[in-house]
Amino acid sequence: MSAPTLIADHGRTLGQSHPDSPLAISGLTVSYGEKPVLFSIDFVVPKGAMVAIVGPNGAGKSTLIKAALGIVPRVAGEVTVFGAPYEKARHRIAYVPQRASVDWDFPATVRDVVLMGLYREIGFLRFAGRRHREKALACLERVGMAAFADRQIGQLSGGQQQRVFLARALAQEADLYVMDEPFAGVDAATERAIIAVLKELNGAGKTIVCVHHDLATVPDYFDHVLLVNVRKIADGPVAATFTSHNLQATYGGRLAAAHVEEVAVGREAAGEGR
Amino acid sequence: MTAFLTALALGAGYNTALVTIGAAILGGSAGAIGAFVLLRKRSLVSDAVSHGTLPGLALAFILMALLTGDGRNIVALMAGAALSAALGLFCVEWITRRTRLTEDAAIGAVLSVFFGFGIVLLTVIQSLQTGGQAGIAGYLLGSTAGMLRSEAETIAVAALATGAAIFVLRRPFTLVCFDEGYAATRGIDVRLTDLAMMGVLLAVTVIGLKVAGLVLIVALTIIPPVTARFWTDRPERMVLIAAAFGAAAGYVGAAISASDRGLPTGAVIVLTAAAFFALSLVLSPVRGLMSGLATRLRFRRRVHERQGLLALARGEAIYDPLTIKVLRRAGHIRADGVATLEGRAAAAAAVREEALWGLYRRLHPDEAAALDHQGLAPIAKALPPDVVADLAARLDPAGAGAR
Repeated sequence: MSAPTLIADHGRTLGQSHPDSPLAISGLTVSYGEKPVLFSIDFVVPKGAMVAIVGPNGAGKSTLIKAALGIVPRVAGEVTVFGAPYEKARHRIAYVPQRASVDWDFPATVRDVVLMGLYREIGFLRFAGRRHREKALACLERVGMAAFADRQIGQLSGGQQQRVFLARALAQEADLYVMDEPFAGVDAATERAIIAVLKELNGAGKTIVCVHHDLATVPDYFDHVLLVNVRKIADGPVAATFTSHNLQATYGGRLAAAHVEEVAVGREAAGEGR
Repeated sequence: MTAFLTALALGAGYNTALVTIGAAILGGSAGAIGAFVLLRKRSLVSDAVSHGTLPGLALAFILMALLTGDGRNIVALMAGAALSAALGLFCVEWITRRTRLTEDAAIGAVLSVFFGFGIVLLTVIQSLQTGGQAGIAGYLLGSTAGMLRSEAETIAVAALATGAAIFVLRRPFTLVCFDEGYAATRGIDVRLTDLAMMGVLLAVTVIGLKVAGLVLIVALTIIPPVTARFWTDRPERMVLIAAAFGAAAGYVGAAISASDRGLPTGAVIVLTAAAFFALSLVLSPVRGLMSGLATRLRFRRRVHERQGLLALARGEAIYDPLTIKVLRRAGHIRADGVATLEGRAAAAAAVREEALWGLYRRLHPDEAAALDHQGLAPIAKALPPDVVADLAARLDPAGAGAR
């Protein structure tokens, strides 16, 4: 038996050691030119967790999930999905991109966008049938957008666009939902509607990973957190990890101390640890 | 004129009928792939492709002339054109990726260099001691007059094949055009899809050279898709409509050109496509000038109706003649200006709408500013039900009109 390359072997070991993890990342490094945007990130998402990826602007949060999902090329690193190589298990992941990543003047209705989530189910050559259209409508119903099915997507507000993206992800019937800033620039009612859907999915055993920018809501919305600023600062359950100490380490001087104290959990524990 | 009508009805002989049908299929394929290229925001690339064909076309002609004594071999010319256009495309890609130049700058540079080189080669051809120099001129502006049956058949079959390829690849094309990042997570190889899109574009261009000419074939991949955008807000329909406009332009263009030997096919095709565009610009129900005017008038009536109803609710007198007219037409007031029963109900509903919208604007100023005609559309139609319920709940405990 010929010796496999080091990296392939590394990936197999990663999958073997985390067979249940919806997303296991090891040594992930991404650079634009020669400037590393992310350096050697190891992160194992526990099954059934609600994970927030938190860090300052430019810390590489979005790049982290894009590199994990193969959207941007990585310099080094391995990714496994439920113990299998990413390429073999990508259909178990639903990705919700940032709203700003698409041109909303694109000629598509709300229903067309949700149907994109069903392309795998519809098949490569066949047309969407009645069953698919009804399923798309049911997904829209879950995010309160059924009445908007025939509207051109450019006529929606930011929060409504985000709901449509979520509906498309629901249509994929994935086991892991990876979302990039789902609450950025949406109204409070939409934020409540989205978090309700996410909690419902989580209750059904699905795993959720969100890039998240609002520190104040992390303890309410999530149970697991990854703090990142080019390098991994800390990861673990929110109660133990989302501490003022770790937040200071992640944000450096960019965050007022008072604000850190306000949002962090386990203030006393962190204080004792110092 | 009669000759044109005869040609339109496919009555001008087997060859002409075949050419006309071939041009229609070609126009359809060009419109369809052009729609995807437009949605990918790379329409200019088709310009680089078409001009990039000239050196290969001329070299193939010279080669065939030296080998066989006659350069007019359509298969060899197509192969030469395809190779040099592919080289041009590769140069554009390479320059865009490896330097700081943007794609449009790279296209401009490559296009002019290839075209200039092609013109030099054409001069060489003119000095060759061989027949058929006139044949190559047809590739510049397009000419279907006197086209051989084998040429017409080649064009029709090849155009049909590209149409089939577009049908098979429509899903990856759509996904990549809309959101390449999301497409990648669905297992679509974005680079390969782009390559396939450019490959089909190149094939359509090369096949269409003889019919539309290399200077004008680009219009066939750009004008029909832009025209189609006026008629629909859905991706697959836009591709189909673009194909229909392209096919119609190709059909009419080839028929006119066949009936009058003085007219170059390419020019007639482009003018026909442009006529469709102009008509769509005015008449389109989605984005046309007429519908824009109608929308503005409707909007004005809605503003007056709302103002009038609010005035009714406050018991104020209404003096604006248009407001009075609108209210009377809607049955909100009688001829003497007194509110009807329906009018009073509508006024109460308008007050509530205003209150809900006002609350929404206060709570979510950014969201509200992003909405079209915010405040005048019925709120239940403009916002998701849970948002409306939330607004109503905030409004009602304090009583209507509070704060």
